[in-house]
Amino acid sequence: MIRFRKVRNILFVLFICQWVFIPTYSDKNVAKAFSNQVIQHGAVGNDVIELQSRLQYVGFYTGPIDGVFGWRTYWASRNFQYEFGMKVDGLVGPEMKRKLVAATKYHEGYVKEQIRKGRDFSHYGNVPLDQQTKKGSSGSKGGGQAGGGSTKGGTSKGSPNNAGQKGSSGANGNQSSPGGNQGTQQSATKTGNSNKPQAANVPDGYSQNDINLMANAVYGEARGEPYIGQVAVAAVIINRTESPSFPDTPAGVIFEPGAFTAVADGQIWLTPNATAKNAVLDALNGMDPTGNAEYYFNPDTATSAWIWSRPQIKKIGKHIFCR
Amino acid sequence: MLRTILICILSIGIIGVGYWGYQEHKEKTAVLLQAENNYQRAFHDLTYDMSLLNDKMGSTLAMSSRDQLSPALTEVWRVTSEAHSNVGQLPLTLVPFNKTEEFLSNVSDFSYRVGVRDLDKKPLTDEEYGRLEELYKQSTDIQQDLRQVQNLVLKDNLRWMDVEMALATNDSQADNTIIDGLKTVEKRAGEYSETDFGPTNASSEEGNKNFSKLKGKEIDENEAKKVARSFLELDKNAKIDVTKNGNGANYKFYSLRIQEPGKEQETNMDITKKGGYPIWAIRHVDVDKQNISLNKAMNKAMKFLKDQRFESLVASDSAQYDNVGVFTFVEERQGVRIYPDAVKIKVSLGDGSIVGFSAADFLAAHHDREIPKPALTADEAKKKINENVLIQEERLAIIQNDLGEEVLCYEFLGTINKDTYRIFINAENGNEEEVKKMDNTEPIYNGV
Repeated sequence: MIRFRKVRNILFVLFICQWVFIPTYSDKNVAKAFSNQVIQHGAVGNDVIELQSRLQYVGFYTGPIDGVFGWRTYWASRNFQYEFGMKVDGLVGPEMKRKLVAATKYHEGYVKEQIRKGRDFSHYGNVPLDQQTKKGSSGSKGGGQAGGGSTKGGTSKGSPNNAGQKGSSGANGNQSSPGGNQGTQQSATKTGNSNKPQAANVPDGYSQNDINLMANAVYGEARGEPYIGQVAVAAVIINRTESPSFPDTPAGVIFEPGAFTAVADGQIWLTPNATAKNAVLDALNGMDPTGNAEYYFNPDTATSAWIWSRPQIKKIGKHIFCR
Repeated sequence: MLRTILICILSIGIIGVGYWGYQEHKEKTAVLLQAENNYQRAFHDLTYDMSLLNDKMGSTLAMSSRDQLSPALTEVWRVTSEAHSNVGQLPLTLVPFNKTEEFLSNVSDFSYRVGVRDLDKKPLTDEEYGRLEELYKQSTDIQQDLRQVQNLVLKDNLRWMDVEMALATNDSQADNTIIDGLKTVEKRAGEYSETDFGPTNASSEEGNKNFSKLKGKEIDENEAKKVARSFLELDKNAKIDVTKNGNGANYKFYSLRIQEPGKEQETNMDITKKGGYPIWAIRHVDVDKQNISLNKAMNKAMKFLKDQRFESLVASDSAQYDNVGVFTFVEERQGVRIYPDAVKIKVSLGDGSIVGFSAADFLAAHHDREIPKPALTADEAKKKINENVLIQEERLAIIQNDLGEEVLCYEFLGTINKDTYRIFINAENGNEEEVKKMDNTEPIYNGV
């Protein structure tokens, strides 16, 4: 514990040093730092990459720099706000940005290059940059070489926690949320080939692969339908996973023998377009245009008499949706 | 000479084609056989699971010791889930087999709830014992019927592929032993469906998606149009088509198709007949470029909600997908977050317009609630939490628990190492109602 405190003291001396000795440098930084937006939980993009890099520079953030404002970034921001005597709300506004820019450096070129090359890297302030990249994919949050940085991060992240609570009572008004960021990120850095974020938000409980699989099914089943009809087909898949009479997973529902013609005739393996994917995302995010339908059919091509016996809810595009 | 050569070439060709055809045929048979074997495995597994289920349920009836009952019921629960998964692998979508699946789901719900309960404190009631007996009887019948079908399948060497063919071609002349047998099973399962499984079974029923808690009087089509115009702030020249819901719907609603001048895609929206509440709306736009921040978009969504008189909602989640932001708002009353009352809004990050809205959850759950006073203090509740969790945020919240009841809880957000958890501790009795590991971002796996 005492050792930790020492490290923390050093950390603060470091902050102060940066203020005192390199003001010109950080001023120069301001010009190209951050856009004007207030960054909040769930955001994606360059500003988030910069935020994560800067928070990591001073050891608040120990996760991967992946460009998605998840839970770890959220807690790091709140701890930073607490340590610097700001309102603790997890919203990265002008004041916090100013303080961040003053207290930290951002090696943009380095960070962007690592992201482009898909490397596992870190951005701790007290470790030379060339020791912070790994070529292998087995990295763990900049561990090993960036050890110093991690410990530091550990303390400054650990101590203000009660603080986080204290601050939160007044501050959690309109921030905080489900969603988050963790787990598998160590492999976050594979071969991204642009400056795009290395991670993505996904609806609760689903992975990007689930979304793609469902997009395949939607595209195969309803690519000729209007957008709303595609959302409806995706919603039926989701309603089925929730229904006791059907399998409980998207894959189980989609591949249930005979359930979807697109699966039976192989059209599911066509490459879906962005519309189908958006439709799936909408449905996963709670849009259900069908009124809880579990079946649908095309009245022009339906062969089974049984399907007509289902209670019908509504018609969207060419499909009739029923219970 | 020429003729001989020609004959030779032709016969080689014929032999070649014949050999190729034979190979194709062999491959096709192999593939069919493999598919058939998969069906067979699922079916025989299913009958085995049903027998096992029947045995296990039978033995739970005879158990008196609590130590025995809990594991036995969890075992029942496990077997139902396997049986359910096997049903899902059979080509049955066109044979009505829902009742049987519902039976499985009833057994599963019941055994889970009783099995995980602390039976020392809350022993099996007479009512529950009766229910268990009922389910056991039902499972005996279903099991016997299935055994009957299985016997026929084995004796006559019936193939599922033929069933699939018969179903696809709707050929009533075909041998329908399997279909008929399964219909008997289904009928048997249906006979019991009137049985009341009591309130513990709420979740497997329709839920409360019938919007029974709505207030207000019924509106007509013109009023629905008016609602849409003000809700979507439509241009005067927008054309609106209204259709009523079909007979199968759980509740009455109007579907509106709206064509706005100068817009390619139509906007769609559903409005409840009772009270005229918007259920959902989707305005499909392709957003190529992000111009505003997620935060600004959230403020726009909030303002939109205020304008629509959803005044007590607060943001509980935000996420950016490409160039749209998706926000979840929940009701907050007297500082208590009411999670079942949730509204989702999708905002374009191009121009900040509302492109999607869904209030289905809100409409289903929202009603005037008495918010009880917590019996425990926050500190007392905190003691119930695993000590490895570093608590970072706390507040009061109402959630729906496993049994579908609304309970007042302390909500804690905390971390263990890298992971963030949301933990709900019942504010009345200190039960841990829900612990959830939060994960909403996922690394992009491209070209591994």
